[in-house]
Amino acid sequence: MRIVVCIKQVPDIAEMEKMETDPETGNIIREGLPAILNPFDEYAMEEAVSWKERNGDEVIAVTMGPPQAEDALIKCLSMGADQAILLSDRQFAGSDTIATTWTLAGAIRKIGDVDLVLCGQQAIDGDTAQVGPMLAENLHIPQITYVSRLVLEGKYITTTREVEDGYEVVRCKLPALVTVVKGINIPRVPTYNSLSEAMDKEIPVWGAEDLDIEKDRLGLPGSPTAVTRVWTPESRSQGQVLRGEPSELAKQLAEVLLNPLQN
Amino acid sequence: MGIKIILDNCTGCKKCMTGCPFGEIEVIEKKALVKEGCTLCGACQEACEFEAIEVDRPALQSTADLGKYRGVFVFAEQHDGELRSCTLELLGAGRRLADRLGQELAAVLLGDEVEGLWQNLVAHGADKVYLADHPTLGLYQTESYAAVLTAVISKYMPSIFLFGATTTGRDLAPRLASRVNTGLTADCTSLEIEAETGLLLQTRPAWGGNIMATIKTANDRPQMATVRPNVMKKPTPDTGREGEIIPIPVSLDPKGIKARVVEVIKNHDWSVQIEEAEIVVAGGRGLQNAENFEVIESLAKTLGAAVGASRPVVDSGWKAHSHQVGQTGKTVQPKIYIACGISGAVQHRVGMESADMIIAINKDPDAPIMQIADYAVVGDLFQVVPELVKELKSRRKKGESAI
Ligand SMILES: Cc1cc2nc3c(=O)[nH]c(=O)nc-3n(C[C@H](O)[C@H](O)[C@H](O)COP(=O)(O)OP(=O)(O)OC[C@H]3O[C@@H](n4cnc5c(N)ncnc54)[C@H](O)[C@@H]3O)c2cc1C
Ligand SMILES: Cc1cc2nc3c(=O)[nH]c(=O)nc-3n(C[C@H](O)[C@H](O)[C@H](O)COP(=O)(O)OP(=O)(O)OC[C@H]3O[C@@H](n4cnc5c(N)ncnc54)[C@H](O)[C@@H]3O)c2cc1C
Repeated sequence: MRIVVCIKQVPDIAEMEKMETDPETGNIIREGLPAILNPFDEYAMEEAVSWKERNGDEVIAVTMGPPQAEDALIKCLSMGADQAILLSDRQFAGSDTIATTWTLAGAIRKIGDVDLVLCGQQAIDGDTAQVGPMLAENLHIPQITYVSRLVLEGKYITTTREVEDGYEVVRCKLPALVTVVKGINIPRVPTYNSLSEAMDKEIPVWGAEDLDIEKDRLGLPGSPTAVTRVWTPESRSQGQVLRGEPSELAKQLAEVLLNPLQN
Repeated sequence: MGIKIILDNCTGCKKCMTGCPFGEIEVIEKKALVKEGCTLCGACQEACEFEAIEVDRPALQSTADLGKYRGVFVFAEQHDGELRSCTLELLGAGRRLADRLGQELAAVLLGDEVEGLWQNLVAHGADKVYLADHPTLGLYQTESYAAVLTAVISKYMPSIFLFGATTTGRDLAPRLASRVNTGLTADCTSLEIEAETGLLLQTRPAWGGNIMATIKTANDRPQMATVRPNVMKKPTPDTGREGEIIPIPVSLDPKGIKARVVEVIKNHDWSVQIEEAEIVVAGGRGLQNAENFEVIESLAKTLGAAVGASRPVVDSGWKAHSHQVGQTGKTVQPKIYIACGISGAVQHRVGMESADMIIAINKDPDAPIMQIADYAVVGDLFQVVPELVKELKSRRKKGESAI
């Protein structure tokens, strides 16, 4: 069985206060921000690799991003991916979620014979959670989102899908696409050895020419949505500091809590 | 634009027939045949395992065609015959946009025996209710819902289509947007109409709330967006409002659905629904152990609030993952967020910072959470919280006896 894990390199959120945006395009200037593998994609990687260890599946990590996104792929290789592919081309720049999925779908078709596509629940920068379902549609395969448990049995998967008021058990024949939530597993920490082995592996780079996609589907021109304005919201400032005896504090808090509740 | 059967690939297996929600495809002499009423919803293409069906739905209309798309549509999410509260919020937001544009507001309702909900949708602002009622639509399943909604878009051509940013909306809307090839903006917290162009200005937080972005879909229709629950105001219902119900006939075969919900397990514990709650009481590592979490739960119960948790609480197994607030948990936007024994690391803050009011109870006045709190309560949570519960209960009693 062949599993493709779609991963994204994202800026480390703790450093996000420092970022800047291009005043003309509204796009974010990422240079200089420390980057990490999207935390949700670590869970997707772990899930793929743990099934590989049980069933001997083949695991391929794919990302669309700038050349330095290679670092995130090295992490995937060190976690146990057999292969990693970087989709990088100026023509991909400025992709919204739909354009991103055209590129990813092109790559997955090129890889061929893919049984299972795994994604994270969402990327912590774009935060849309749209790439998974859009990619599944583009590949004409079913999707199961917000999955906290995945069982592979032959040609079928059985999953637990987290919803607001409980969960659902969803069963599906492969091929399919699954997006995973944090609770699904505990990602392994790569060892020093696995990391240095990963650094020696070759990571092929595919550009627009390598994929069979109409050019007007890619990047900025292929994106129906356009970011027209970006700004930093005013950060919250401290209001009142309350100190004193617990019973006094409780009285003050009860005042605050009951007033908005009454109207 | 059209649908094509690639006869060489067609095996006559009839999977497309089972897949079509509208009974518009037949298999005659071992080959699929598309009937007149085909809505190009794409369900047969999804069902076909032999790549024998091609649906061509070119996205980019000429700009002249954009004007043909009119009206604001809202996906009326319901579960077990009960409307989600975000549906009413969407109607409020949708009504305002429709009035701005001088166009109609329609609710699209899918389900099993849910006709009874239509008047409520009208009372909350809908001019029209499109209703697809079928046993197979009783449970939300991506494929059947996406097929029906694609048909609704092809036939009624809305200019704007809104969904709640719930697990359902965030599963369905991107599938649909990709199928009809249009833009989708995620998790909006504000929607306006641009005066000069009449375009929808969709504003959303991204990068964990560190930035806000306004997004437009200029050349594709419908302009689609998911809207964060709890942000838009619910309209006051007007039972005197008049509206129209328009049935959408469907003939779904459950066998046509590939990803099937085989079991639904409800968590009747309301305290886990942190995304829709008006008040969230959250506990952190300061609670020390699972038993102590009772302190948080009793406050939540007194306030009718949901229970949130920081990551260490979840990772130590004191609470289930579904309670986690933050970057790798949920994003909540309640009216009041009460953080007890939580330091307020950035990964936690991104999940709760847009609450209307933040109350933090912490021993350490310098903890980051205290710097963003509207009420920064310096104290020991094990003393303050039980006192607060006592105080709330006694005031409530007084309040009751006063009536
Ligand atoms: C401020 C801002 C707001 C934006 N808002 C929108 C919007 O509302 N709608 C819209 O269409 N676009 C939007 N975009 C563009 C969007 O961020 C990019 O298209 C991005 O490439 C994918 O979206 P995401 O980060 O939200 O990923 P998500 O959809 O949240 O990612 C889900 C999963 O998909 C996979 N994945 C995502 N990206 C990649 C990748 N590059 N390579 C491989 N796998 C990947 C990963 O498994 C990931 O866990 C916005 C961009 C900015 C800067
Ligand atoms: C990739 C990544 C993703 C993450 N995602 C998340 C996420 O989604 N959600 C999340 O919450 N965290 C997340 N984290 C973890 C985050 O960085 C913090 O470690 C975590 O939020 C700290 O939890 P805490 O505030 O409960 O604990 P601590 O930081 O240990 O804080 C405990 C607080 O309790 C106070 N306290 C102790 N005893 C008392 C008492 N008796 N009365 C009053 N106050 C008391 C202390 O003063 C302290 O401020 C993530 C981290 C990473 C690296």
